[in-house]
Amino acid sequence: MIAFGQFLEILIGGLLSGVLYSLVALGFVLIFKASGVFNFAQGAMVLLAGLALVRSLDLLVAKGFPLWAAVILGLAFAAVIMAVTAWLIERFVLGPLVNQDGLTLFMSTIGATFVLEGASQMIFGSDVYPLRLFPTDAWFLFENAFPGGILVNKLDVWGGLIAGILVAGLAVFFQRTKTGRALRAVADDHAAAQSVGIPISWIWFVVWLVAGLVALVAATVWGTKLGVQFSITFLALKALPVLIIGGFTSVPGAIVGGLIIGAGEKLAEVFLGPHIGGGIEYWFAYVLALAVLLVRPQGLFGERIIERI
Amino acid sequence: MRSPSVDDVMLSVKGVSLAFGGVKALTDVSFDIRKGEIRAIIGPNGAGKTSMLNVINGFYHPNHGSITFKGTTRPRMRPFEAARGGISRTFQNVALFKGMSALDNIMAGRTLKMRYGMFWQALRFGPALREEIEHRHRVEEIIDFLEIEAIRKVPVARLPYGLQKRVELGRALAMEPDLLLLDEPMAGMNLEEKEDMSRFIIDVNDHYGTTIALIEHDMAVVMDLSNRVVVLDHGVKIADGTPDEVKANQAVIDAYLGVAH
Repeated sequence: MIAFGQFLEILIGGLLSGVLYSLVALGFVLIFKASGVFNFAQGAMVLLAGLALVRSLDLLVAKGFPLWAAVILGLAFAAVIMAVTAWLIERFVLGPLVNQDGLTLFMSTIGATFVLEGASQMIFGSDVYPLRLFPTDAWFLFENAFPGGILVNKLDVWGGLIAGILVAGLAVFFQRTKTGRALRAVADDHAAAQSVGIPISWIWFVVWLVAGLVALVAATVWGTKLGVQFSITFLALKALPVLIIGGFTSVPGAIVGGLIIGAGEKLAEVFLGPHIGGGIEYWFAYVLALAVLLVRPQGLFGERIIERI
Repeated sequence: MRSPSVDDVMLSVKGVSLAFGGVKALTDVSFDIRKGEIRAIIGPNGAGKTSMLNVINGFYHPNHGSITFKGTTRPRMRPFEAARGGISRTFQNVALFKGMSALDNIMAGRTLKMRYGMFWQALRFGPALREEIEHRHRVEEIIDFLEIEAIRKVPVARLPYGLQKRVELGRALAMEPDLLLLDEPMAGMNLEEKEDMSRFIIDVNDHYGTTIALIEHDMAVVMDLSNRVVVLDHGVKIADGTPDEVKANQAVIDAYLGVAH
């Protein structure tokens, strides 16, 4: 039997690592909400943002900048890169495809993925670059209550904190501002949005910029965890079950979906794993997503699709 | 406002032709819309009526000809520029923002009237908050006017068709347009809903002095509402005049009833 302290430790660790999945899933939700496009390129954008950040950071530190200045300049540089990328994607990929079918737009983001992956590694290099923005050591909590205490990774706590701030900011942006309302309008109906005076090209630029900045935030946390490297693009695949569980259109859904997946896969590994041979962490998320699809296809927080026939 | 004078032209369409590949949607169409009038565009199915509206609000760009709106001629006007200039519209197959409430849909029509940036709006602070309240006030007036108080918080996808059309009209009105384009505002409605909609259209024209161009199939409605009627058939203008003149026009009768060749 596993002690309660150990259960808590696994649960907290799982929840916090789930938040990190949410960070990636958020980028998908943003673009899906605002353009109805499933953006396959989100993982590549995390890679690009991470590479731009870590390479400029290394360069600035090597030139003798103090660390805090290098971090600020590096973040600013990466943000500019993401802005340029957003502009290029709007101008050359999506702009010509206004009013096209969702599948067409999806295919175009697959193309964008390969270009982004290739270009970012061509420009910034293709090694594994370690990033040290957040502490990676551990805290031991409640040492009096449980033998050995509860181990919590500091990086995961930072990730959770950042994700929380990000979500609060995005929720306010979507619900409370004119631009947020315009974004939702564009997602619902291109022609109607144009008719009330919303310039679609500008809105798409804003969306891809925000998604790029979210990718940058995800890259700071994941880059610290794994190092900035090509395999970071596979995060996109981990975000998929998060989206299915939370719902493609919901910002809070991306968070809750991440929490469920994070906690679920860690708990399943420890409690279920030994009975069926272990190593289930890698596919448990997808099975969970499948179960949700059967019961609630729109996800826990997704908008119910109502079709009049 | 019901009898506009001739020199008060708000919009004039001159020699407009529009083709999609080999298909001619419009051929050399010219007419004008006077300030304060209700102008109907009628014609059999496939006559090019909706294409004409799409040209006016910038969804399509004509291959030949020009559109002059409030004295300015622009060869290529994009839809959001048309909206900025004071043209708003509704669509043949209701085009609402389905995920949003009726209220949010109509608020979306105020997008262009809001001045404060997203930073202040996000904080809901100071002048931005006052502005939001002021716009909300205007929107509530429109909601009262269209008698849709009870459904303001309902997601529009759940509303019956007649009410969706009303919300769509509300969104167009929220832009406080100079020229309002209505594409079959009464399609698919029952008699009672048609009467309500006719009343709203006349009230909008009377109270706000809004110039209206509408496409409609129901001839009784067209004859009742409009000051002048332009008739299209196969993309060509075949008649233009008062409802009575148009009704008596032989080309119009032929177009509608068919003619023996």
